Amino acid sequence: MANNILLLIGISLMYSTPLVFGALGGMLSEKSGVVNIGIEGMMTIGALTGACVGYYTANPWIGFLCAGLAGGAIALLHAIASITFQANQTVSGIAINLIGAGLATFLCRLFFDGATMSQPVPNKLPKIFGAGNEGIKQYLNLDITTVIAFVLVLFLYVFFYKTKWGLRIRAVGEHPAAADTLGINVYLIRYACVVCGGVLAGFGGASVTLAIIAQFTPTAISGQGFIALAAVIFGKWTPHGVYGSCLLFGLAQAIAIMLGGSDLIPAEIISMIPYVLTLIILMLFVGKSVAPKANGVAYEKGKR
Amino acid sequence: MEICKDYAVQMRGITKQFGTFTALNHVDIDIKKGTIHAVLGENGAGKSTLMNVLYGLYQAEEGEVYLYGEKVNIKNPNVAISHGIGMVHQHFMLVDNFTVLQNIILGKEVTNPFGVIREKEARKKIEEIVQKYGLEVDPDAYVQDISVGMQQRIEILKALYRGAEILILDEPTAVLTPQEIQDLIKIMHNLTESGKTIIIITHKLKEIKASAKSCTIIRKGEYVDTVDVSEVSEEDLATKMVGHAVKLVVDKEEAKPKDIIFEIDNLTVKDERGLPAVKNLSLKVRKGEIFGIAGIDGNGQKELVEAITCLTKSETGTIKINGEEIQNTSPANVIKHKVATIHEDRQKRGLVLDFTVKENMIIEKNNEAPFAKKGILNWKSIKAYTEQMIKDYDIRPEDCAEKQARGLSGGNQQKIIIAREISGDPDLLIAVQPTRGLDVGAIEYVHKALVRERDSGKAVLLISLELDEVMNVADTIGVIYDGSITKTFKQGEVNENTIGYLMAGGTDDRENH
Repeated sequence: MANNILLLIGISLMYSTPLVFGALGGMLSEKSGVVNIGIEGMMTIGALTGACVGYYTANPWIGFLCAGLAGGAIALLHAIASITFQANQTVSGIAINLIGAGLATFLCRLFFDGATMSQPVPNKLPKIFGAGNEGIKQYLNLDITTVIAFVLVLFLYVFFYKTKWGLRIRAVGEHPAAADTLGINVYLIRYACVVCGGVLAGFGGASVTLAIIAQFTPTAISGQGFIALAAVIFGKWTPHGVYGSCLLFGLAQAIAIMLGGSDLIPAEIISMIPYVLTLIILMLFVGKSVAPKANGVAYEKGKR
Repeated sequence: MEICKDYAVQMRGITKQFGTFTALNHVDIDIKKGTIHAVLGENGAGKSTLMNVLYGLYQAEEGEVYLYGEKVNIKNPNVAISHGIGMVHQHFMLVDNFTVLQNIILGKEVTNPFGVIREKEARKKIEEIVQKYGLEVDPDAYVQDISVGMQQRIEILKALYRGAEILILDEPTAVLTPQEIQDLIKIMHNLTESGKTIIIITHKLKEIKASAKSCTIIRKGEYVDTVDVSEVSEEDLATKMVGHAVKLVVDKEEAKPKDIIFEIDNLTVKDERGLPAVKNLSLKVRKGEIFGIAGIDGNGQKELVEAITCLTKSETGTIKINGEEIQNTSPANVIKHKVATIHEDRQKRGLVLDFTVKENMIIEKNNEAPFAKKGILNWKSIKAYTEQMIKDYDIRPEDCAEKQARGLSGGNQQKIIIAREISGDPDLLIAVQPTRGLDVGAIEYVHKALVRERDSGKAVLLISLELDEVMNVADTIGVIYDGSITKTFKQGEVNENTIGYLMAGGTDDRENH
């Protein structure tokens, strides 16, 4: 029983890690006032880039960093569209998701002889207790990405609520005109937040293909980006809240996996659990939780 | 006048164009150090534009700016701030869910080398300023929880925290209660005594007389005159501002009230927090009279209007129009019973700002002939109707039917609402703060419209925070305090002081003296 609980915790943390990266990325973008539903696409690109670079360099860390850069590059498209050209941010986000999925498959076929799956990477990212499968390692040998994600939550908490940059980002997301009159560059801050958000989403994708599974597959990222968005809302746009809700979604995934072995409930129903939970939470909390006021509204200087 | 270091600000030949529209045409202004200087003009005259040029929000096509005799080039607000210019905008630039302290330090935070904010130091710095100028605030309160007057203090503090020596206040009294205005004028005098220079942009003549030393008047983007305030009358200022003589007192004959048409009995309404805001309120309005409700903001006026228009629930009591009860029905039903409303916030409730003028004009009649047939809109007749209304109600610019309501001045936005509401031939017209933020010319227009409705035998319910307005326009004055009408008077029966005393919750012994 104790072992089962440890295993449940281990699997929850494992599956919540990509969500944490994706959700923190989405939160960073939305805190500055740019709605980012393109997280899924950015994570997909990150997943592919991580696997590709990890395969060719045999160094998972280089793969992980490149995945972040790729996520950031895709996010830059979203930033240009929604900040400079003041396009509808939802439409732009959808476009990013389509581009992400399409581009990832295309590149995968290009690099791996037409296959939609990459070759497995020779080296995965390390686990905190090292290699092996005995004692506690059997249940709770966490990926290093899980630790990075946790540190990132702590960092972002301090960043948002204790530093001047956090204060400025929040002001831009709440009342951009006020920030502008105080000499804060609204456009620059939004660009930085959207691009950094993309970098985090890219890390999230790579934390799937370089730590959980060791290759890119078309289903490596299947809905994590959207679940991450739900986590942003459920977590009320705070780093700690987002982390908590990602753990909850991770737990749902872990329960689904652990129940999957039994014959009592059909596997199809069980694998629905995380998605159904997302739907329920969105129904209950969208509208009730307080988004940054200027979220989704393009900023136009001098508008009455 | 020569460029001289005794003058905090001197602007020469400022010209600013927006597209083909000339907002400012070679305007000069000289503002002496350590004084309160008013910039007077109607809405759209260019007074805010001129100050936005000074603050670096706009770039002038032509002209020079001198501060203390030195020529400066103010490219953006950062440069203005570094030159010691601070600006308090008409619409406060505060983040609602930030604390007072966070709002003040935003953009100029005191931090350690890693960017972590040093709150103690910031607090100390703010407290020093607070003490020096008598600007009491609670640094830990959230902006959404504090009064408008307090929010304005924070805006002033923000500027002083940034080392402002020259303070621009854009329409500072538009949203304040009479008491808050007194406090503000006191604060302004404290500031000038310690050498600060204050520029107020306003169209309120009374406050110019009460606070400013000199006044520059701008009309349609042109410089008109600079006067010593103590040497001119309010009427002189109004004439210079508008370009022709205006009446500051409402011109009307005595009311000839007839039958009671509108009656509220024992009404109780709860506010957003679930606390009673209107308490057992009763009032009667007759045909052919203007019933004015005078009171300080937050005494139940908002909830009263929402209950009458069925935007909120009435807990107890009845609201009757022409003998029929309308409480707790629907806004559509209220309109059907010939009640028209000019809502307090024209930008939020009165208009859809992103709609064109013609769309706004028929928004309540969108399913009536001739504007619609079987649910299909007839744009031709809508346009023809709107153009007629634009002509009848003198809405400017004349070709605005197809333009967004957002682009019109406040006075013209209000005219759209008045046109729409009055044209439905209502039995009762409810006007809530109908002249808020309007200039003298537009105010005169609105007041005339209300009196005209009265004279044609309609009932008017006027709810205003401007005591002058209620005293001037209403035939019967009811004082609202803590959710009830505490006293009613006929116009002329009482003076301003008595009503002011009752508005603040004074008991009724005093009015006998």
